[in-house]
Amino acid sequence: MFSYTFQWKQAFARLPVMLEGAVVTIEIALLSMLIGIALAVLLTGFRLSGNRVLSGIAATWVEIARNTPALFQIYMAHFGLGSFGLHLSPYTSLLLGITFNNAGYLAENFRGALKAIPDTQTRAARSLGMTPVRAFGHVVLPQMLRIAFLPMTNQMVWAILMTSLGITVGMNTDLYGVTQDLNALTFRTFELFALAAVIFYLITKTVQIGARLVAARLFRY
Amino acid sequence: MIEIENVRKSFGSLEVLKGIDLTVNKGEVLTIIGGSGSGKSTLLTCINGLEPINSGRIVVDGTEVHAKSTDLNKLRRKLGIVFQQWNAFPHLTVLENVMLAPRKVLGLSKAEAEAIAVKQLTHVGLADKLGVYPSRLSGGQQQRMAIARALAMSPDYMLFDEVTSALDPQLVGEVLDTLRMLASEGMTMICVTHEMKFAREVSDRVAFFSKGVMAEIGVPQQIFEAPRNPETAAFVKLTQA
Repeated sequence: MFSYTFQWKQAFARLPVMLEGAVVTIEIALLSMLIGIALAVLLTGFRLSGNRVLSGIAATWVEIARNTPALFQIYMAHFGLGSFGLHLSPYTSLLLGITFNNAGYLAENFRGALKAIPDTQTRAARSLGMTPVRAFGHVVLPQMLRIAFLPMTNQMVWAILMTSLGITVGMNTDLYGVTQDLNALTFRTFELFALAAVIFYLITKTVQIGARLVAARLFRY
Repeated sequence: MIEIENVRKSFGSLEVLKGIDLTVNKGEVLTIIGGSGSGKSTLLTCINGLEPINSGRIVVDGTEVHAKSTDLNKLRRKLGIVFQQWNAFPHLTVLENVMLAPRKVLGLSKAEAEAIAVKQLTHVGLADKLGVYPSRLSGGQQQRMAIARALAMSPDYMLFDEVTSALDPQLVGEVLDTLRMLASEGMTMICVTHEMKFAREVSDRVAFFSKGVMAEIGVPQQIFEAPRNPETAAFVKLTQA
């Protein structure tokens, strides 16, 4: 009944190629986070601007990003835009899709974090003669970052895992894509994907531990 | 000198200041007493421009606070304010709390700002708490830190908005002592307070506010012992019972 013979050597022989894929995975996740954070800041600004059009754009973005499958978002970046004549490479569409998702989730986190900081903090800063920008930068933002830090770490982990969805748009240079191609060549399905899972686990665990160390240094209060 | 002329201020349809006229001279300690909702705290936040006014004017050393051309950030360096909720910046140490504005607003170097901060914190009795985060301080200590933070800007006037109202009773004394010290050093102060004993002891003049109107103003002895306005009399009687 159980006739599968494990051949781990075959999988381990592919480890260097898979690690190269892992680098691409980390690269996409990092880029998607950096751009995502920038966009999330912008969207948060839009939402709080009081301008109907801007806050409408931001609200729509957040709604779609949080309430549709990430797979759909990546699909739309590739095939959706493709049907309007904008043909993006698998790499770019995957990056775009994950970035869209990150920005939506993070914008909501940032908004929540901002709400958690009482207005009286700004008032106290302004009463010391600080301009609105200074008051935000020196008093509100650092506190907001602390509140948003854990959700940001979670989103980074999620971004790493989301790169696996790239295979649906033909991505084959990231960890999951590489593994899938190797599987087609060797049929060592279990060994290869188990190895990929371990690599994913190690990356995300490293991110979490690293984030905890950074947080301990940054947020001592 | 702070000149307040016929100031009116509404929140929506509620008029909280109904034409206040008041002049505070340099070196004077003025306390404002009165019931909740009488407009006393609002007046303070109008003086440093945190709140706009509907009509009248407030002039601080010749500068009209609510004029469009007034640089409020610059004006606020002259006007220190301390609130009922002390509003410590939780992410900064006690020292950093006090150093922040001198560095970022006055543009002082780190060493200069630190020297000022240490001086002011020592002044309010927190010299041993410099590297501590505010969450480790008692309410009274946080409030004294807030006072040092305002003093670090070398203000010409200090506005105190019910600074002991949110404190546990046993912590009120240490904050009032700090205020007494400032008064004895000649700081010009406007204190909104519910501490009648303190008001009587420290003030040059006491103003009684009722329903958005300054019902009476006078030297402490007169206000507390021979109030002319029946509302003042009732309030004084009530608070001293």
